[in-house]
Amino acid sequence: MSASSAFNDEKGGSSSVGEPEYGHDPASGGIFSSDYKRHDDLKEMLDSNKDSLKLEAMKRIVAMIARGKNASDLFPAVVKNVACKNIEVKKLVYVYLVRYAEEQQDLALLSISTFQRGLKDPNQLIRASALRVLSSIRVTIIVPIMMLAIKEAASDMSPYVRKTAAHAIPKLYSLDPEQKDQLIEVIEKLLADKTTLVAGSVVMAFEEVCPERIDLIHKNYRKLCNLLIDVEEWGQVVIINMLTRYARTQFLNPNINESLLEEGGGGEKTFYGSDEEEDEDEEEKEKKAEAAVMAKRKPYVMDPDHRLLLRNTKPLLQSRNAAVVMAVAQLYFHLAPKAEVGVIAKALVRLLRSHSEVQYVVLQNVATMTIKRRGMFEPYLKSFYIRSTDPTQIKVLKLEVLTNLANETNISTILREFQTYIKSMDKDFVAATIQAIGRCATNIGEVRDTCLNGLVQLLSNRDELVVAESVVVIKKLLQMQPEKHSDIIKHMAKLTDNIQVPMARASILWLIGEYCEHVPKIAPDVLRKMAKSFTNEEDIVKLQIINLAAKLYLTNSKQTKLLTQYVLNLAKYDQNYDIRDRARFIRQLIVPTEKSGALSKYAKKLFLALKPAPVLESPFKDRDHFQLGSLSHLLNAKAGGYQELPDWPEAAPDPLRVPEWTKCSSREKRKEKKVEKPFYSDSEGESGPTESADSESDSASGSESASGSEESGSGSESEESEEGSESEEEEEEEEEEKDKKKKKKEIKKPAIAPSSALKNYELLHRITGEGLSVEYCFSRQPFSPDGNMVAVQMQFTNNATSDTKNLHMEDVKLQSGMRVKEFPEIELLPAGETATAVMGIDFCDSTQAANFQLCTHTRKFFVSIQPPVGELMRPVFLTENEFKKEQGQLMGMNEITERLTLDVKCRNEHAIVQRVTTAANLSRVPCGSDKECRFAGKTVTSGSLVLVTVATKEEGAAQLTVNCEKMVIGTMLVKDILLALTQ
Amino acid sequence: MIHSLFLINHTGDIFLEKHWKSVISRSVCDYFFEAKEKAVDPENVPPVLQTPHHYLITIYRGKLFFLSVIQTEVPPLFVIEFLHRVADTFQDYFGECSEVIIKDNVVTVYELLEEMLDNGFPLATESNVLKEMIRPPTILRSVVNTLTGSSNVGDTLPTGQLSNIPWRRAGVKYTNNEAYFDVIEEIDAILDKSGTTVFAEIQGVIEACVRLTGMPDLTLSFMNPRLLDDVSFHPCVRFKRWESERVLSFIPPDGNFTLMTYHVSSQNLVAIPVYVKQNISFFETGNCGRLDITIGPKQTMGKTVEGLMVTVHMPKAVLSTNLTASQGNYTYDLATKVLVWDVGKLNPQKLPNLRGSLSMQAGAPKPEENPSLNIDLKIQQLAISGLKVSRLDMYGEKYKPFKGVKYVTKAGKFQVRT
Repeated sequence: MSASSAFNDEKGGSSSVGEPEYGHDPASGGIFSSDYKRHDDLKEMLDSNKDSLKLEAMKRIVAMIARGKNASDLFPAVVKNVACKNIEVKKLVYVYLVRYAEEQQDLALLSISTFQRGLKDPNQLIRASALRVLSSIRVTIIVPIMMLAIKEAASDMSPYVRKTAAHAIPKLYSLDPEQKDQLIEVIEKLLADKTTLVAGSVVMAFEEVCPERIDLIHKNYRKLCNLLIDVEEWGQVVIINMLTRYARTQFLNPNINESLLEEGGGGEKTFYGSDEEEDEDEEEKEKKAEAAVMAKRKPYVMDPDHRLLLRNTKPLLQSRNAAVVMAVAQLYFHLAPKAEVGVIAKALVRLLRSHSEVQYVVLQNVATMTIKRRGMFEPYLKSFYIRSTDPTQIKVLKLEVLTNLANETNISTILREFQTYIKSMDKDFVAATIQAIGRCATNIGEVRDTCLNGLVQLLSNRDELVVAESVVVIKKLLQMQPEKHSDIIKHMAKLTDNIQVPMARASILWLIGEYCEHVPKIAPDVLRKMAKSFTNEEDIVKLQIINLAAKLYLTNSKQTKLLTQYVLNLAKYDQNYDIRDRARFIRQLIVPTEKSGALSKYAKKLFLALKPAPVLESPFKDRDHFQLGSLSHLLNAKAGGYQELPDWPEAAPDPLRVPEWTKCSSREKRKEKKVEKPFYSDSEGESGPTESADSESDSASGSESASGSEESGSGSESEESEEGSESEEEEEEEEEEKDKKKKKKEIKKPAIAPSSALKNYELLHRITGEGLSVEYCFSRQPFSPDGNMVAVQMQFTNNATSDTKNLHMEDVKLQSGMRVKEFPEIELLPAGETATAVMGIDFCDSTQAANFQLCTHTRKFFVSIQPPVGELMRPVFLTENEFKKEQGQLMGMNEITERLTLDVKCRNEHAIVQRVTTAANLSRVPCGSDKECRFAGKTVTSGSLVLVTVATKEEGAAQLTVNCEKMVIGTMLVKDILLALTQ
Repeated sequence: MIHSLFLINHTGDIFLEKHWKSVISRSVCDYFFEAKEKAVDPENVPPVLQTPHHYLITIYRGKLFFLSVIQTEVPPLFVIEFLHRVADTFQDYFGECSEVIIKDNVVTVYELLEEMLDNGFPLATESNVLKEMIRPPTILRSVVNTLTGSSNVGDTLPTGQLSNIPWRRAGVKYTNNEAYFDVIEEIDAILDKSGTTVFAEIQGVIEACVRLTGMPDLTLSFMNPRLLDDVSFHPCVRFKRWESERVLSFIPPDGNFTLMTYHVSSQNLVAIPVYVKQNISFFETGNCGRLDITIGPKQTMGKTVEGLMVTVHMPKAVLSTNLTASQGNYTYDLATKVLVWDVGKLNPQKLPNLRGSLSMQAGAPKPEENPSLNIDLKIQQLAISGLKVSRLDMYGEKYKPFKGVKYVTKAGKFQVRT
């Protein structure tokens, strides 16, 4: 009880002292003695043995943080409790740590070891939370530790830990952008993950770290599409936005033929296509015509993968989450064929029922959409009707949408609505309505006169703002056909006595000046009145008075000469230099003097030239070059980190997307054999109550599309190639017979017969490879062309019925520092035959994958080779003494020790030696004791020594020690050997 | 993604701040205060603001501003939706979302925020998962906590986060197994002066309260699912089943949740339960006006209309009212110029009427527009669209649950123009 009362005291005290400015200054925290004392009792509580006191103290500290007060001087006292047993204390310490670690970097390091221990905890949730906090501490010194932790967590058994790893990636990236390359690798690995839990988070990491690496998506595209519906809501948004961009680079514009139809056929489409839209298209017509010609030649067929994306996102329009609905809507808007876009309208209209902030964003996007695709929202016209209780910003946006939707058929209904709005008490809204009426009038010729009459009636409105806005709009409308409306101009001239809003006054004056010939009697009189009040006018009005004077001088100099000169004289001494400047300019131009130049002859032409009528445009026009739903679209300005939505490609790039079920490397296959069931299936193995109907249909559709695309992708090509090869064969038949034998010999020469001890990995499955399968192993032979390279022996098997030619590699993608020596091209691999080749890769002592394309004469396959750490070394021969000496130098940080229980079959010396040497390319070091086995090797690239000791004890207990200068290699090696010895 | 969150009360005090990345000085809120000054109404503050280095996305809930700071491109709806989810969670935990409540529970609030976002990206937003990690405060628990010094942080680790059904916690046990569904329909309508319908539609929502042991798999079917024109679901609903069979099949979250929302197609004629006869006029001279409103039943399907209430936002010039209500009470708030007439039950034999005079500010011009009337009402035991639940089946568990469905019709944004 006493603790809680102390808490309240503290709160009371703080509110009396609690000025935010004071609380903000980190230095002032300890100066005030009262403050000192207060923190002293907190320190005492934190040092006590009782959890309840600690908890109370932490609660008070967190409350301080929440209020934005500085609590950084408590850091040492708090950080001590990082290993506290009480979960709530621990959590609050984490909160504190994450908040202040950046400011107290040195002290923060004290806590690191706790988290490192946590990373190895058997409980997945503890591992995850340790990683989460560790990665949230923004201290640059721990970047390597974070990197290591992330890499490890990325291959953790638990999907939850892997998800946390994905979350940690952007954190590390923002802390140290130099790690980008390594992080991309982790991202690539996690992208291949098959659990819904990870998918959203890793795509988020991808978007923040390497959105430009669209190539990483190819392999995972179909998987992402199929998983999408089961990913959590926030992940769905990120994935959909990313896939929109991806699709824009990979598929053809589905509307390419649409434009052709519209031009020729008329019908429904042109009904919606207003004159405005046609104008807009004018520039693009040429382009489209070209495209149309192309399209005529080749009818558009949608890529099955494109269809897959559209089909799998559609159900998400029914999500309860507005962000998801919006994401799907923008995907459809940007990617779907015109005929299908309509489905999003209903969902978007539904969002208008939501909170006003949601409405605000949705309406902005709808406004943009209605410009391009008006027909889509027309049935929902009434949903955009305005209520008097809507906030003004919503009203204005709805008005915008209504205006965009207006056409000949519905304009009368819309105008009737507008009439109600004009009477509203919200004057900003009324002004916007008047503008909207003006726009309807310009766009739809039939109602121009009606609108104009309505607006003229508004001129007698009691509210000045309404009148002013009407004047401005009328001015624009009159410019279109001034002859007919001289009485309106007269009417407006009278208004100058009453109207005070400068913009309106300026507009009236401009109108009178421009059309002074229609009102010859009134115009000079207006000028007379204006001359009288000139000095009291606003600047824009003054400029228009000068303008009016100049125009009258040119048309009716008899009556206005003196007036004009009077006005110009007044303007000459005006305070505003723009006005003085204008006056000087006009005087020179219109009043003929001996000095006046050639221009004055053209004065009349200059001033009374026919001006084009203004085009009243929607402010949302052309906003769709920003991806809809994005922040940039909302602000109509590029926000930081915005990824441009690319234009459709002219020709679709080669489909590189891999069917979902192929694995890219055999390593992963080992780890994860389970294929996730699409819905409700538990990734941890316990499958929940699922109904099979769902999963069946899902997987069926997935594989269907996968095979479909393969057919379409390769169908035409393979035909061609067959023809080609036939003709070639005929010509070269004889020669080839002879060559064949030679080549086989050549190929076989460098090859070394694969020993049974070596592990074979799959590089290309025969189904993916369309008959060609490739396996590789690390031959452990020195690679003669370059000593720093690891030799990789590859075995190609042609399971297809036709020959494969020109087998070679291309487009090698490597991390910096890595190098590859390609294998010599295999010119011919007859059906059913097998060939081997050796290539060398310098992995730079890292387990990063070497990615390249394997090319045949017809196809290209993306493959990657990732070495187990044990293959990155070569054996060295040491004596026992040398071994001990070297080991002595590689102590401390460079030594990693692990206890283990040996597998039952692996308790004798021989078995241990065999297993260790299989796992890693090491040689045995002689040893006096029979309880110990020692091995030594050097890393291939840098030549760092790797020493391994396995000390056996009773009953299969053993201790594994690895000494290596390279800590990363050491840790990974420990893991691999551990695995080899225990299983 | 989301960088920081500031909670601001309506007077402009920042009373809570939370940063998920580096600390951002609260001076960034000055741009918001500037915009707030400009907007007359708190509702009119633009939800998205651009400042030289940051973007501010704000929502206004329960007289509080939730202001988030963004540094790079992110879909604005993503942030807005998340902030509303935060407010919903507070509401769920503390019963209401107000400054006092948040200040009283600042530690719990902070723990929640910590779990909901990681590095600015949503981590756990499902209430079931959060409640496993951080227990909501109850009076009993806070007493126990002070006595025993135990905490409100769950000592079991949240397993819900790990499963593919994150919305349901594992190991749920009840002695009474029950599942209740409320079908609530709201009529949105605009009626014009003469009483004709300008626009009307029905929006429905099914709120569920499910307390069932184990992992039940429920199926809810309707007599007339064709009525539903547009639907949105809680993530637990299997969309495929809905597409093919028009039934709702789901493993429910534990406790209260919104199962689905729907929209009844606007092609159907919407029954308007009441009619309003009104006459509001202001005189050119004498600085006064007259008001006369009568409400009568129209299409009520034989049910009683309850909770009838009329709200009128009067023009600024109306100083006071002198009215008599034949039924219920009326109040006129001089500051906000809002007239509220609480009618109560609608009696078809004796129609409620409110009439009298309005006195205006001397010298003020006659208001051009008559204020529109916002109607509130409630009809129990009726879904105005005619939607009916046909049955609820449970699979996966052996016991027999109590089941119940309740229908209510309410007025949504029901406005009568005058």
